[in-house]
Amino acid sequence: MSSLLKITDLHVSVADTPILKGVNMEIRQGEIHALMGPNGSGKSTLAYALSGHPNYSITGGSIEIDGVNITEQEADERARLGLFLAFQYPVVIPGVKVADFIRHAVSNIRDPDRKEGEGLIGMREFRTEIKARMEELGMDLEFARRYLNDGFSGGEKKRMEILQMAMLQPKFAILDETDSGLDSDAVRVVSEGLAKLSGPDMGVLIITHHERLLEFNPPQYTHVMLGGRIVETGDAALAHDLHANGYATVRERHPEAAADNARAEEAAAV
Amino acid sequence: MSTDAPETEEVGIGDYQFGFHDSTDDYEFKSRKGLDREIVGQISEMKNEPAWMRDFRLKSLEIFESRPMPGWGGDMSKLDFNDIYYYMKATKGQERSWDDVPEDIRKTYDRLGIPEAEKKFLSGVKAQYDSEVVYGSLKEDLSKDGVLFTDTDSALREHPEIFREYFGTIIPPEDNKFAALNSAVWSGGSFIYVPPGVHIDFPLQAYFRINSQNMGQFERTLIIVDEGASAHYVEGCTAPTYSSDSLHSAVVEIVVKRGGRFRYTTIQNWSNNVYNLVTKRAMAYGDALMEWVDGNLGSRLTMKYPAIYLMEPGARGETLSIAFAGDHQHQDAGAKMVHCAPDTSSRIISKSISKDGGRSSYRGLVKVEDGAHHCKSNVVCDALILDSDSKSDTYPYIEVEEQDVAIEHEASVSKIAEEQLFYLMSRGLSEAEASAMIVTGFIEPLVKELPMEYAVEMNRLIELQMEGSVG
Repeated sequence: MSSLLKITDLHVSVADTPILKGVNMEIRQGEIHALMGPNGSGKSTLAYALSGHPNYSITGGSIEIDGVNITEQEADERARLGLFLAFQYPVVIPGVKVADFIRHAVSNIRDPDRKEGEGLIGMREFRTEIKARMEELGMDLEFARRYLNDGFSGGEKKRMEILQMAMLQPKFAILDETDSGLDSDAVRVVSEGLAKLSGPDMGVLIITHHERLLEFNPPQYTHVMLGGRIVETGDAALAHDLHANGYATVRERHPEAAADNARAEEAAAV
Repeated sequence: MSTDAPETEEVGIGDYQFGFHDSTDDYEFKSRKGLDREIVGQISEMKNEPAWMRDFRLKSLEIFESRPMPGWGGDMSKLDFNDIYYYMKATKGQERSWDDVPEDIRKTYDRLGIPEAEKKFLSGVKAQYDSEVVYGSLKEDLSKDGVLFTDTDSALREHPEIFREYFGTIIPPEDNKFAALNSAVWSGGSFIYVPPGVHIDFPLQAYFRINSQNMGQFERTLIIVDEGASAHYVEGCTAPTYSSDSLHSAVVEIVVKRGGRFRYTTIQNWSNNVYNLVTKRAMAYGDALMEWVDGNLGSRLTMKYPAIYLMEPGARGETLSIAFAGDHQHQDAGAKMVHCAPDTSSRIISKSISKDGGRSSYRGLVKVEDGAHHCKSNVVCDALILDSDSKSDTYPYIEVEEQDVAIEHEASVSKIAEEQLFYLMSRGLSEAEASAMIVTGFIEPLVKELPMEYAVEMNRLIELQMEGSVG
């Protein structure tokens, strides 16, 4: 049976400011969902809250994977249950080699009961695997020896996120504006990479402003977020319509959420 | 005499792995506690030394007694010079085979991994246990090349000319109170001479082990790297965990002659009851390269500033240091570079980590003497503070008496960023694993300079320091 990520009436605050005001969503393994919405609507907040960022406090509602409530769990526990976030702004970790980091992560994710200090996945097996994934993503093997995201270009960082996703094989992947700030070649590589990886075993939530990522990965569901709520859900046609026509009509249909969103945008601009 | 089993170890060892000790019942000789002319005379007599050395010791004692305690650095108010044993001899003499070393002492070195390392990748080993070297070896081909690697007491007996030419000339007893103390009661340490043009490919290693309670260990090391020669010397240090204090106060003198290269690597990991007050200085002559690689873990207080005097044009000096200050620890460490000649260059890279209320201080001096034009110096110190109870400070001193020089100093202090922790944790690493990984990355630029075996050891020690402490 396929796994289910279930988000119920999720309320999230950052530094005591409520951002998400009751989000509901269900993602099954094998499905692709698009999450769209104007700036300040709470898309990234949802991504961080799902992954367990300590600064995003869940003040109400729940997140469940196959009926297990993970709302109180730490980020690493959620990752071991199969959740993955491709960061909009991947973090630089100086002095930590990509290969060492990924080998450690893979060891923990594939053996969720692994204790600190226990053996890592075999070096030979790991090397063969990461080499194959890097070749598929058109990455220079030299990257494995570089320090994590240190001195990487925007495109290299995003590709590194996709590589991690390929190695960790999550049940549920959230891509937070993975296509932003990239030139068209990089977007193509990332989009193709994702298309190769997603399949019956992965549920995907794509947060995006752009259409190209969705062209390669057509969503079964498109959700529109406004003022911390999901105000509309449709299919791929909705995504296409929003790209073509913007959010004006959505705002008109949901004036209360639109007003909330406007306030959030103003606060962010200060 | 038997090695205490781990479960009967002293209380309060915590995560420190090397806090065990052996019985001292069968020691060859133990001085009484305290320090005076009689004790100094006794040490000299035990060693059957020439009169000049006995006089040197007694003169040094006077200097030690006449000098005040330093008014800077760490807190030494609890250090009681009268509550220390200044000379403890565990065995009859130095052995050339581990089989001849008394069993419990041999087992101790086994637990420290020395015989195994010796087999795998070392050119020679000296093992000092309290006051004396109990085991020594040197690869045969190096002896044939004229390399000398002995304990310093043997060097005084067997190579008196070269010994006397250099001993006490780089760090005279007048230099500071603790150099005077060491000069009065020194025992053991390494003596190395590398003849012109000889290259020693694998490291020479010395291991300093304190075993007795209230012990003072005062090894004295003298190293001469002749013209165009090269070598790498590594020292490791550990001690048992006791509730009372021990003192380690070494003097290390080094000369690197024209075109020579020498690297001195320290991976010290003292237990938390050791005061570690060490004077280390090298003189580098024309086009020579001297490097200190200094890993400071453990101890209650470490005050150590390895110095390089750049004596002739083309001399280069480099110090890479890592300090890790944990609970109730103060690492006051750094480097000294003295440019005495034109066209000399130096580099200091210092990284410190403070955790669980520990304090790390960088204290460094770059000095350019009059006439030392066209010299370059680059200083980088980075501090990483792991929690709000811990502390880091920087005391960089620069004294320049010449116009035409290039001196750069950069310092940074950082805390482990929440975003770094979250990023790593979102990939399935626990908070402790993520912190350890960030710290390992922080020191990676230094650790990668170490030979692989020591890099592995260094990372392992850092991981031990990080274990079980987060969250």
